[in-house]
Amino acid sequence: MSTAAASAIQLGLQSCEGCGLLSRPEPGEEEGTCPRCDHELEFRKAGSIERSWAFLIAAAICYVPANVLPVLTTVTAAGRESDTIMQGVVLLWSPTGWPLSLIVLFASIMIPSAKILALAYLLITVQRGSIQNNAQRIRLYRTVELVGRWSMVDVFVDAFTVSLVQLQPLMSVEPGPGLFFFAAVVVLTMLAVESFDPRLIWDAASPREVRHA
Amino acid sequence: MPDSDTLPPVPESRAISRKRTRLSLVWIIPIVAAVAAVWVAVTRILGEGPEITIVFQSAEGLEAGKTTIQYNGVEVGTLTAIRLSDDHRQVITTAQMEPKTDSFLVEDTTFWVVRPRISGANVTGLGTLISGAYIGMDIGHSKEKKRDFVALDVPPVVTADAPGRFFLLKTPTLGSLDTGTPIFFRRLQVGEVASYELDKDGTSLSVKVFVKAPYDQYVTPNTRFWDASGIDVSLTASGLSVQTQSVLSILIGGIAFETAATDPILPAAEADTVFTLFSDRTEAFKLPPRLPQTYELVFTDSVRGLTVGAPVEFRGIPIGEVTEVRAQVDGKTFEFSAPVTILLDAPRLGVQIQDMDPGADFETLRRKLIDSLVAHGARAQLRTGNLLTGALFVAFDFFPDAPPATVDWSQKPVHLPTIPGELAQIEANVVSIIKKIDEIQFKKLGEDVDKAIAELDRTLASARGALDSGRTTLDSANKMIEPNSVLGAELANTLQEVSRAARAVRVLADYLERHPEALIRGKTGEAQ
Repeated sequence: MSTAAASAIQLGLQSCEGCGLLSRPEPGEEEGTCPRCDHELEFRKAGSIERSWAFLIAAAICYVPANVLPVLTTVTAAGRESDTIMQGVVLLWSPTGWPLSLIVLFASIMIPSAKILALAYLLITVQRGSIQNNAQRIRLYRTVELVGRWSMVDVFVDAFTVSLVQLQPLMSVEPGPGLFFFAAVVVLTMLAVESFDPRLIWDAASPREVRHA
Repeated sequence: MPDSDTLPPVPESRAISRKRTRLSLVWIIPIVAAVAAVWVAVTRILGEGPEITIVFQSAEGLEAGKTTIQYNGVEVGTLTAIRLSDDHRQVITTAQMEPKTDSFLVEDTTFWVVRPRISGANVTGLGTLISGAYIGMDIGHSKEKKRDFVALDVPPVVTADAPGRFFLLKTPTLGSLDTGTPIFFRRLQVGEVASYELDKDGTSLSVKVFVKAPYDQYVTPNTRFWDASGIDVSLTASGLSVQTQSVLSILIGGIAFETAATDPILPAAEADTVFTLFSDRTEAFKLPPRLPQTYELVFTDSVRGLTVGAPVEFRGIPIGEVTEVRAQVDGKTFEFSAPVTILLDAPRLGVQIQDMDPGADFETLRRKLIDSLVAHGARAQLRTGNLLTGALFVAFDFFPDAPPATVDWSQKPVHLPTIPGELAQIEANVVSIIKKIDEIQFKKLGEDVDKAIAELDRTLASARGALDSGRTTLDSANKMIEPNSVLGAELANTLQEVSRAARAVRVLADYLERHPEALIRGKTGEAQ
């Protein structure tokens, strides 16, 4: 399919990510700004793979404490109780509350981990110059990009809870260290997704050298 | 491949110059993340205190991950696991202590479960009604490190660092004492019962009491402790006596201590000194025996009302007490008798021996004295001390009419002669009186009385007649002297005459006084 058609980069052209205008960089230059909307233009995002890997590794590192450390500490007359995300899932699991428990399980545990794995897969395949499953891979990338921000819901809910439930001295909720790591995971994966240039998926199929031919 | 010339004209973008770095700065982010994660991990691991195990009899109210260990209200650890011991008899819990609690975990550190407790004087652990049970802890003073503990069944009343001293009291029964029972000194609450346990031989209990500083200095080696529980009502031969320490002690019991004013002043007792817990104050302040001698008295009359501890008096002076009351029957005569063992200790009860030779043997003196007393008719007798209760006591008194008796000093214990009690004597007298009353012929007596009364009636009737005539006489006499009666008028005239005559006599007497010669010459002319 698309592999048969010439890509912009092969023709020495740059497409603007802002307005979609195709333009040719000045001779000898690889970068420039869009003549129409002044958006920065590149053939491919600079150091896309490297940046993406950096963010992804940082996210993976933060993922461990995010799940091991408590995210919320509830202080009641009955004492302090610190819960990690997984304990929260277990706590919510009840005959009536299981949907909520599942939401937390998906949004807070499965999606971040799936995101990290998916990005790692994309990066590895791109680096190895794989030309298979291109369509699936771009779909995977779009899904990751779409779904990624929703993990932030957990952070927002916790932030709201902490600020709203301050019924001193009866009860109060304090954020745990896990929450900061969790937020870092979400932000870092989003940055990793942002840094990744999906056009790289197709580059393996159409060598870049053609441009200068 | 399409050539660029075949494309429609495309504008050229403007060039910008930018230096490209070899290694992207973006790698700082994963490094920072790694450092942060490692730092958190390290602080977590370093921040963990020692792990200990505590053995409980029951895990009621305990919850792994929630139940905390608290010392003076400060959280120092959390239970992490609860499991049964291998023999299923106990509960072994694992607790994660806070960092820097190493020094708390020593040999004599104690743990217990704090639950709401309401016991007489105090209510504790009310907070656990809401928060659930927690594990209390008291830090020991030992230097020996320890990691495996066995929890106390009952929370200690006094924590180890409270200023004061512990003492041990020996008592045959616990009575109404319990942990937390107050200790009174001059009716001031100065301590509590900390714990109690049965001695190994099972014959007595050791009650551990705690006396707070500064009151612990008043506990000296000669201090007496007694059970001041409730109201001590004793009805003895000496009458009714009621003693109590305070309203609190009436409700929940108590222990009081005091040092007798007569006792020498000693320095404060060492901690853990053992004292005897007396049953009451009187018991506590009885002087120790000085010259005790045991005698036996064999009574043939009823010993009902005679109790162990009843006083023995000599002409009203207490000289000892009854220590045993038994019963025996003679194998030949089948006569019942009651041997009563008494303990005489006159010097202890304040009888002073005067003019005794310094070198004299007290034993010889005593024998001589008792022999002499018995020879003079001294006998033991049971007497009623209290008519209301019928309590008896043993009295020694002189009965010169008593059959002669001697004391056999070879017996053990020595028997002293007795004589039937007053009550028995009175009984005998009353019986004989009743017999005599029985002999009286009440019917004949009644008839006689009837007759006598009839006679009396008649006598009274004649007496009334006599009285009537007497009244008539008086009436006529009365009439005679009435103001308007004839007799009265005549009497008045007569009296006037008499008065006139008296005046004439006075005139004559006057004249004669002035003219005595008139008696001879008669009245002269000049006089007229």
